[in-house]
Amino acid sequence: MRKYVPKDNVQKQSYYTDRFHVVPSTPREEVSTDEAFAKHLETLSAKVEIKSSRIELGSMVVEINHEDNYKALEILRDECGYAMLSEMSAVDYLAKDGNFEVFYQLLNLKEVKRMRLVMRIEQGLAVESVVPLYKAANFAEREMFDMFGIVANNHPFMKRILMPDDWEGHPLLKTYPLHGDEFASWYEVDKIFGKEAREAIGPENRDPARIDRYDTKRFSRVGYEVPFGADISEGETKTEIEYSKTFLVDYTKDSGEQLENRK
Amino acid sequence: MAQHQVNYASAGGLPVALTTVDHLVNWGRSNSLWPLTYGLACCAIEMMASGASRYDFDRMGTIFRASPRQSDVMILAGTLSKKHAEFARRLYDQMTEPKWVISMGSCANTGGMFNTYATVQGVDRIVPVDIYLPGCAPRPETLQYALMMLQKKIRRESANMKNNTKQNLRLI
Repeated sequence: MRKYVPKDNVQKQSYYTDRFHVVPSTPREEVSTDEAFAKHLETLSAKVEIKSSRIELGSMVVEINHEDNYKALEILRDECGYAMLSEMSAVDYLAKDGNFEVFYQLLNLKEVKRMRLVMRIEQGLAVESVVPLYKAANFAEREMFDMFGIVANNHPFMKRILMPDDWEGHPLLKTYPLHGDEFASWYEVDKIFGKEAREAIGPENRDPARIDRYDTKRFSRVGYEVPFGADISEGETKTEIEYSKTFLVDYTKDSGEQLENRK
Repeated sequence: MAQHQVNYASAGGLPVALTTVDHLVNWGRSNSLWPLTYGLACCAIEMMASGASRYDFDRMGTIFRASPRQSDVMILAGTLSKKHAEFARRLYDQMTEPKWVISMGSCANTGGMFNTYATVQGVDRIVPVDIYLPGCAPRPETLQYALMMLQKKIRRESANMKNNTKQNLRLI
């Protein structure tokens, strides 16, 4: 018998799933399998509460409480040799788990080891800035604030880095529309000309294949050609398309006569 | 010995040219179009190539100027982000009349592939555009052709810019 699939709420489900598709996952190993990582984790866990730890794709992933981020990074930098912060930012899991994941990607140059320190924070909470530990965090924390709205406390210059200073919204949130919200779509018009110019300029054209039926400056209908810029709101006259005629000649017999007739 | 004396009556014409003011002024304007050195993205690389020796804009009297006060043409070459739109408009305002705008490449024309929150969807939203130049990025020959088209347009216009429709459409 065929497997029963509930039919209610089908629209919310994925419209197509491959029966044989397996969601790819990377193997996760215990931290104790790697000697260097195990030592680093031991040093860290002596002073900071560890929520979870694993080795994934050759790098250690350690989850901690968000209050401990400065202390943890200080230990990792000074005692475990993670001298370099390659990257830090956040991931929006608001719809899934109701919080953000903030991650710090670290590199130990002496032992050639990479690890990631992750922590979950609720929306609206701030993290402690780690600029005193890593200079690389300066721009990264500003970008995190710009894109997600996560403030870093005690940052030397907490200001938007990519978007304009008077921008509203945080574009990398999953809830932010790709084409921008109302504020974004009128931003340059409001800024340069003022809101009263909105009507004269009109909304953005977000459809790259848009054709204006009555625009005779940029578009022309085949068979209904009109002069450039003519007003066709009342309709236009049809121009018959003429094709060149083809004569068929039967060459089997009497072809000479047919050719004579054509002359 | 060089011939010093010219026989005006038989040389096929006096050294006098008759023309209209419109024609004379537009001849001057169209043959000394000075664009602003203003690149926004990868189209600017093609614009630089057009100005350099191989394509040689100088022979058309087109010399890139570093100041908007000395420029007649603004070539908007590349993606205009919303953050930068304000400054592009300010540079346009600083240019002296008469002035023209060439929108170079897909991004400047319509936003191109950057159909996102941060890109201006066509520079005609902030400045009046004379020539739309398609391509991604347009080759230097294309920019050269656009400039020649602009020259044609200028020659066709009235020397008194107030009589031209585009100037009346301008949002101030």
